[in-house]
Amino acid sequence: MQPAQTTVDQSEVAKFEAMAAEWWDPNGKFKPLHMLNPCRLDYIAAQIAAEFGRDLTQEKPFEGLRLLDIGCGGGLLSEPMARLGAEVVGADAAGGNIPVARVHSEQSGLAIDYRHTTAEALAAAGEQFDVVLNMEVVEHVSDPLAYLTACRQLLRPGGLHICSTINRNAKSFAVAIVGAEYVMRWLPKGTHEWNKFITPDELFALLEQAGLRPVDRKGFVFNPVSWQWKLSDRDLSVNYVTASVKPG
Amino acid sequence: MDNPARAIILRNMTHDSDVLIVGGGLNGPALALALAQNGLSVTVIDALPLETRDDAEFDGRAYALALASQRLLQALGLWPALADRAQPILGIKASDGHAGAGPSPFVLEFDHAEIEEGPMGYMIEDRYLRHAMLQAMAETPRITHLSGETVVAQEVQPGAATVTLASGRVLTGALLVGADGRKSGVAERAGIKRTGWDYGQTALVCAIGHEKPHHGIAHQFFMPPGPLAILPLPGNRCSIVWSETHEAAAAIQAMDDEGYLAALRPRFGDFLGEIHLEGTRFSYPLNLTLADAFVAPRLALVGDAAHGVHPIAGQGLNLGLRDVGALAQVVVEAHRRGEDIGAIDVLERYQRWRRWDTATLAAATDAFNKLFSNDNPLLRVARDVGMGVVNALPGLRRRFIREAAGLGGDLPRLMTGRPI
Repeated sequence: MQPAQTTVDQSEVAKFEAMAAEWWDPNGKFKPLHMLNPCRLDYIAAQIAAEFGRDLTQEKPFEGLRLLDIGCGGGLLSEPMARLGAEVVGADAAGGNIPVARVHSEQSGLAIDYRHTTAEALAAAGEQFDVVLNMEVVEHVSDPLAYLTACRQLLRPGGLHICSTINRNAKSFAVAIVGAEYVMRWLPKGTHEWNKFITPDELFALLEQAGLRPVDRKGFVFNPVSWQWKLSDRDLSVNYVTASVKPG
Repeated sequence: MDNPARAIILRNMTHDSDVLIVGGGLNGPALALALAQNGLSVTVIDALPLETRDDAEFDGRAYALALASQRLLQALGLWPALADRAQPILGIKASDGHAGAGPSPFVLEFDHAEIEEGPMGYMIEDRYLRHAMLQAMAETPRITHLSGETVVAQEVQPGAATVTLASGRVLTGALLVGADGRKSGVAERAGIKRTGWDYGQTALVCAIGHEKPHHGIAHQFFMPPGPLAILPLPGNRCSIVWSETHEAAAAIQAMDDEGYLAALRPRFGDFLGEIHLEGTRFSYPLNLTLADAFVAPRLALVGDAAHGVHPIAGQGLNLGLRDVGALAQVVVEAHRRGEDIGAIDVLERYQRWRRWDTATLAAATDAFNKLFSNDNPLLRVARDVGMGVVNALPGLRRRFIREAAGLGGDLPRLMTGRPI
């Protein structure tokens, strides 16, 4: 390796390390994601365990499963999945996130295949997965049906697709846009467009149109007393998550 | 590998153990067992040599295990080895003793039959508890137990906590736990400060043999210099915790055994007949210390390292085991969902759970001790009335009993006897 390249690489590493530290600071810019993460992970882990007959009390329960994390960001979901033994591909359309996620996974001692790509491109390349995580992405895409169809193509028959998003109603407007973006300042203004939000019934219909079979839905509910997110069977009024499988 | 930054990163890719625990007393091994039984690898670093830890002689020390603590030991599989050696506490009598004037007519009596869970707790000798834990650790494949090793340095990096031992050995883990007592080196090296109070009292601790049976009743006499606790051990034996001013305690501790007993007898009374000493006499200056934080990145404190309380009601070990139950649950749950067990947001769940509880108990114990270690006539009337009120109200009495049994508050799952 040439010395000049080494110098460039080092300064880049330092920059990415600083950005990774920001992504992974539980009280930093991504605090809302960190707060939601244990609840999301509980749902994801339980669904994968149920679908593939894995025991979460065992060491590396997801060994042998190939998993795609779409919109991986700094790797907040990819790293836990890799720690549980899955072979993880983290994809993000925002290329800046990739080296940041990579540098952090190396600090964590985890081998994760991070790529600057999209679900559609991976599907076109014929990539196949046992699990596709599609968390907080669908409300940002222009053509949800085409996007969900790509997600289905990425799955092996019998594969599991987990998709979370935000409901569309007066409450979600108040909570997710006015509350999170303007009052709490948890998210930058303009993060979400309310009219792109999808109701659970609409999402179930879209999943079916895309060739997936919906099997479960739960709400993510924030409790301001315990300051924690919890899963709810009944309250899907704002944030919610679904599981669907590719028939096969 | 000509990029130094990368070399540092890669060095941390594998940990020697998931968790490094500094401290081989009781909380450290209990935590090691709880974690290892749930799939994590653990290294316990104990400054004491194994022979000292496993000394089979009765040295006079014993613990009052609250029912919740006994359930935790049961859940960890330790209880079968201890059950035959433990004395169930079937009742507690607390009375306000006037030194030299006999106990006041106001006596608080708590009977385990008032709650459905069983005895309020168990008395167990330190030597049996230590031995059971050492044996269980030796039989647990995921535990590495290093005896006679001291930590000289520690460091926290993005992916790992590292400790350097006096022998020069370097160990890495995802999480470093300080279970190293009220003078915790782990806390000190991490720059965690402590707040503390001195009570101006010293606890004298010993075991006695006596003539008449104790019927499993624990006694607590509140006397102006400090409380005297008489806790039943198997057979006709009791463990005594006796608090005096530093000066008086030093004078009593300096006496020979006969002088010591002569000082104890008038305080003790004659309800158990003739008494004699068994084992060694200990003395501990009483102070309360609270770490300003229980957690830092990749670091958590348990037991006395987090909080050293007045042993007025035997709460030290019970509080420590509550920490163990809570930290084990937080870490195991995080591990099962693939989280980084040393991440500060994971560890803050433990701190939120335990810190309030501990601060309240420390304050209550402090206030309780001040109220009872006092000869102010007004306070005396107030506490006699208070005792009468508690005695008269069954609901309040049950609450006290459940608190004494350690069943109050948000219990870690292990303390209900269930696995994590």
